[in-house]
Amino acid sequence: MKTASVFRRLAMALVFLFLYAPILVLVVFSFNASNSRSVWTGFSLDWYAELFQDDMILSALYTTLTVSVLSAVIATVAGTFAAIGFYNMKKRWRGPLMTINNIPMVNADIVTGVSMCLFFVAAFGLWGQAAAWINDSLGTNLPETLYLGFGTMLVAHITFNIPYVILSIMPKLRQMDKNLVDAAQDLGCTWMQAFWKVVVPEIKPGIVNGLLIAFTMSVDDFVISYFTAGSSTANLAMRIYAMTKKRISPEVNAVSTLLFVTVLILLIIINVREARQEKAARRLHP
Amino acid sequence: MKKTLSLTLALALSAGLLAGCGNSGNGSGENEERVVNVCSWGEYIDESLISQFEEETGITVNYQTVPSNEELYSILSMGGANYDVIVPSDYMISQLIEEDMLQPLDYEKIPNFSKIADRFKNLSYDPENLYTVPYAWGTLGIIYNSTMVEEPITSWDAMFDTQYADQVLMINNSRDALGIALIDLGYSVNTDSEEELQAAFDLLAQAKRDGVYQAWVMDEVFDKMEAGEAAIATYYAGDYLSMLENNPDLEFVIPEEGSNWFVDAMCILKDAENVDEAHEWINFMASTEASLKNMDYIWYASPNQEALEQYPEYYEETYGEPLDMELYEIMAAPQNVLENCEAYLVRPEATRALYNDLWTELGIIS
Amino acid sequence: MRQNKLSLFAAPYVLWMAVFVVIPILMVVVYAFTSASGGFTLDNFARIGSYAVVFTRSFKLAIIATLICLLIGYPISCFLAREGARFQRVALMLIMLPMWMNFLLRTYAWMSILENTGLLNRFFAAIGLFDLINGIFGTDLEYFKMINTQGAVVLGMVYNFLPFMILPIYSVIVKLDHRLIEAARDLGADSVTVFRRVTLPLSLPGVLSGVTMVFVPAVSTFAISQLLGGGQQLLLGNLIEMQFKGTAYNPQLGSAVALVMMVIVVICMTVMNRFGEGEEQAVVL
Repeated sequence: MKTASVFRRLAMALVFLFLYAPILVLVVFSFNASNSRSVWTGFSLDWYAELFQDDMILSALYTTLTVSVLSAVIATVAGTFAAIGFYNMKKRWRGPLMTINNIPMVNADIVTGVSMCLFFVAAFGLWGQAAAWINDSLGTNLPETLYLGFGTMLVAHITFNIPYVILSIMPKLRQMDKNLVDAAQDLGCTWMQAFWKVVVPEIKPGIVNGLLIAFTMSVDDFVISYFTAGSSTANLAMRIYAMTKKRISPEVNAVSTLLFVTVLILLIIINVREARQEKAARRLHP
Repeated sequence: MKKTLSLTLALALSAGLLAGCGNSGNGSGENEERVVNVCSWGEYIDESLISQFEEETGITVNYQTVPSNEELYSILSMGGANYDVIVPSDYMISQLIEEDMLQPLDYEKIPNFSKIADRFKNLSYDPENLYTVPYAWGTLGIIYNSTMVEEPITSWDAMFDTQYADQVLMINNSRDALGIALIDLGYSVNTDSEEELQAAFDLLAQAKRDGVYQAWVMDEVFDKMEAGEAAIATYYAGDYLSMLENNPDLEFVIPEEGSNWFVDAMCILKDAENVDEAHEWINFMASTEASLKNMDYIWYASPNQEALEQYPEYYEETYGEPLDMELYEIMAAPQNVLENCEAYLVRPEATRALYNDLWTELGIIS
Repeated sequence: MRQNKLSLFAAPYVLWMAVFVVIPILMVVVYAFTSASGGFTLDNFARIGSYAVVFTRSFKLAIIATLICLLIGYPISCFLAREGARFQRVALMLIMLPMWMNFLLRTYAWMSILENTGLLNRFFAAIGLFDLINGIFGTDLEYFKMINTQGAVVLGMVYNFLPFMILPIYSVIVKLDHRLIEAARDLGADSVTVFRRVTLPLSLPGVLSGVTMVFVPAVSTFAISQLLGGGQQLLLGNLIEMQFKGTAYNPQLGSAVALVMMVIVVICMTVMNRFGEGEEQAVVL
């Protein structure tokens, strides 16, 4: 029994080594004195100093965070409503709609990205004609040419985030006692009140989970942004991709080290808190 | 109920964002700040010039890069790119003019155009010089690491030689890659003959099958050559000089068969929104002062006559030592070298389609 | 009545899906059947035939990567599920943590490790491995060629997508009812039989969603093959990207390739899902 458990731990250790080796390399070389990616020439914090003066990387970081927060919040709100709607739908409707809902999740990112790119460009073309016509006939000053940019990237992110939110809320809805809503209404709630006071608290863990997943997906996305963000906007992933096509600066190592440490600290805090709560709960209900 | 309201508001807001989404790319409203969207190649500007321009004019420069002419063309044709100024190479400029994607410049707003040497005006890509102000020029050649090859390289054959298997970096764009194969075979880089192009393709394909190429790269070449990852690469003279600063073992040669020489010029796109700002940018970059600074940083020769003449002096003043004239001649190739080089001319649509097909096909060979 | 009212909550999203999911996919279909000048054509599909190599290469590499992920991920998930609660929590966190770092960066780090003059080859040289090999075999090896090979691309895929395999399998296995396994044991099944007849079938939904979550991004990636394959190992993703934003502009052809890839993937997934009723159960994170 003992050897088996040693073997298990060893196997897991190897997998973690595999997962963390490149990250270790990134972190170590963010402190390298020269810009070499494989020769250590001495310790320095230069790349961190340069990072805070590099507008391109900082604005990319800002774009990433704005898009992720906005799209995660919007997708969570929209996804919550949609999930409740789907759940209360007749099965005949729900089936096909859920299939469509799953498309962005199951489809390869590149197909989603390319399809939205084609769509936006075509839609902008139509808009151009419409705007020209309106401007001519009404004398207004609507912009006739639209470009891919922050807005289109945001729409794309919302679109691929909502399915994840729905996915994490649906099981909670299924677990919910159907009679709760009826009971609430029998006790005098309007259906709106029933929704806010009964349904939402019940599915809250799902909503929170969905929000987190959506945010993670957004932060991590490269392919869909690459095809929908156009030329004037770039998130961190796009900026990094552009950099890998030339001389990559260790500033990027520095930025990812900082991100990594932030997330690590956040996760540790969350975990410690959860562990404490569990302990407290156990003490209350032994 | 308040919450419902705020949620509805949030949804309405998101719909509003959507309607306004296209506008977020820098519009040119009256009271907005002035901007210019520039798209150029990587490692192709002294970035301090950008801040200098921003300080002098109050115009914000949104500077983007793409790796190659072909990719620039893809992005432009796909639509959705809002560049004002682009810096394509000669043959791509003709193509863009042909497809009516550029607008004629107002040369009165670009007084520094007069400083451009005459030999860089009215070139074949823009015979009446209505659309362009040259930005830089140079040659294509072979860069090799003298410690990694047995004898100096003199011929394009090296790019296809199995002796250097897995040591060669091939340039990753169709015009240059097929171009050097054409030169090696003794054909013109501007051929429309299907057999000749097919032969060039076969040469590349065979070398690829034989494992000559370690990778197909554009600006990734800097890292790889400087680190000694590869022995031989084809790239531009100016970039060789940049690499030389970091790895003194590197050599540059324009092979005996001849090569390509190119001019990259600044143009304004037809549907540019910031036309005035774009002119200001072009005028700024064409000035002697900016040209000197830029030339010193990117190591590509400027077409500005004064800058070309003053550069050795400028170098000595800046670094306190005389400029190695050999390097200067690599940067600004003298006439006898240029005579052995051919510029790319735009090819008719059928040839361009053939290039694309051959190129895609080349990619799928394993 | 109430039920119907609540179902209206989905109406805005249904509209959203129609505009931003369905129409864009239809656009790809339309483009795939259009020529550059705008007329109907089947030419794009005819040309795909000559790209069959890319299809087989992509599917081959993606299948290999998926299998390796499964071979590593399944046992690791089982091992993990047997550990204590705190261990599991920390381990899960460690598995998810890398996802917060941009995958391009992590892939790029592999470049530094695998290059001819990279960390691994330097390490081998430092411990005298090459001298040893050269001494024995009389070769003059200076480095192992690791970067710019199909192996490197597969490694990149496994590295990037392994968490997507572990997490769904783990979350199914950890919820397995241990009484079932005990019951099987009590009824005389040996551990192989228990695994084959109880654990495996019950964990199948997790395996299926893991396989989907690894295979789909692997078959369509273009960044991993670009960075670790050196532009030599063109995959479907590269082919598509090339036609839209790359060096051979032809969005119609790109759409056709994307469409065919999509159809093949959908067929694979449907066939696979026949094996297990994983519908709507896809476990994420």
